[in-house]
Amino acid sequence: MKLEIKDAPGQLIAALKPISDLGGNIIAVIHQRDEKQRGGMLSVQIVLELPEQRLKELTRMIREQGVNIQRIGHERLLYQKAVMLIGHLIHTDLGDTVDRIDCTGFAEVTELNISMPAITQVSSARLLIKAVNKEDMEQAMAILRRVAREKEFLLVEPLEEIE
Amino acid sequence: MRVAVLGMGSVGRGVLQMIEEKDLGISVTAVADSRSALIDKDGISIDEVLEAKAKSGFCGDRSLTAMDVVKKAAYDVLIEVTPTNADTGEPALTHILTALEKGRHVVTSNKGPISREFSRIRSLAAARGVQVRYEATVGGAIPVMHMLEHGLAGNRVLAVFGVLNGTCNFILTRMAAEGLTYEQALLEAREMGYAEADPTYDVKGIDPAVKLVILANTFCRKPVTLEDVEITGIDLLTNDALRLAEEQHCTIRLIAEAIPDRGILRVAPRLLPLSHPLVVEGTLNAITIETDMAGEITLIGKGAGSVETASAIIGDLLYIRNFHAERHPKKT
Repeated sequence: MKLEIKDAPGQLIAALKPISDLGGNIIAVIHQRDEKQRGGMLSVQIVLELPEQRLKELTRMIREQGVNIQRIGHERLLYQKAVMLIGHLIHTDLGDTVDRIDCTGFAEVTELNISMPAITQVSSARLLIKAVNKEDMEQAMAILRRVAREKEFLLVEPLEEIE
Repeated sequence: MRVAVLGMGSVGRGVLQMIEEKDLGISVTAVADSRSALIDKDGISIDEVLEAKAKSGFCGDRSLTAMDVVKKAAYDVLIEVTPTNADTGEPALTHILTALEKGRHVVTSNKGPISREFSRIRSLAAARGVQVRYEATVGGAIPVMHMLEHGLAGNRVLAVFGVLNGTCNFILTRMAAEGLTYEQALLEAREMGYAEADPTYDVKGIDPAVKLVILANTFCRKPVTLEDVEITGIDLLTNDALRLAEEQHCTIRLIAEAIPDRGILRVAPRLLPLSHPLVVEGTLNAITIETDMAGEITLIGKGAGSVETASAIIGDLLYIRNFHAERHPKKT
């Protein structure tokens, strides 16, 4: 998201505070002083992670701080789910298993923890999958279920709350 | 109220002991095990029957059978607690149908007939104006059927999630707590008497699936069968998987899940946060019911055991006596 703030002490903090108040995570703040604009305003780009459905609230809170939002970039990969895979993960091409999710473009495997006790034994892995929204996540899970059936893995999914 | 008890295993003996100890105004007029039976319309001596069973292995006369009890004995409620046969439901199914046909109430812990022939049993009971109650089939001592039918009456049940198999829960608890392999934990469960010599029925998830069918038939309008349940057991789980889960403050439990609106009927190992109410230890059972008015309610309790199961059966008996005994007025 690209913000326009006054070049004065405390202004950047005021713009960032709502993000942490909403449980968000600031990944990067790009603060280019040489891009000074008319009227003593500064442009700041912020890359952040925010719990689902909170973006509207954040923009309202930031505006309340007197900060102008110039542009909001794409919402990306905000919904995440941890799953377990158990089986012959390596010998069935782990790269391919991960790629089946990654190649969708709407979901990604962002973490992979794997335990391989011995060549002949099954491996266990914890995968963190991120997707833009719930529907995409559901599709990613459907792909994973299909892969699990095909490669004879045991897929352990999280128990979700009912909405 | 006069009852006939079929089955002298741990559940049957527990029921008899509690009827004897608690002075509930229940008279036992017949008992049967798989090879003998005893009928006395004036009431049998429970102490003597239990002693005879312990000494000789027979509860009564070897020329009499359980079917003789069902057909000839004088009783208001048949307590059917013979071992479960998941394939045919027999001989319990015939016992139950015959008793209902004769206009007698039935209380059972037997999952076979209730999961396989629920519609048939329920419609026959309705036609004869008698009750068939089966609290003890699911969750041991947990009064989940009473909760669904009475406590939550008027609610729409949106979903039910449960830890319905104590053997599996014990194995998973031990794998997580001690880092045991699945095989080691299963061996321990056997030594503790929690797992059968052939544990297939439990560890492959069939037992909790049967219980899920019984639960779903109790609160869903559309009847379901075991074939409708998607079943995955716990026998392929590794202690590595449990360790990886624990690193994220999660663990794995075998969860039976019914969400009627989404057509979900599933038994599978699932990842749950350690703080989740369904993460219970050892052989405990737990059931979460989600409804439109009450929101979420979780019941936790002992899923098996002689006296614990007797608690569920006696709860059913007294419910029938208190609310449905008009056809069979209390004997003075």
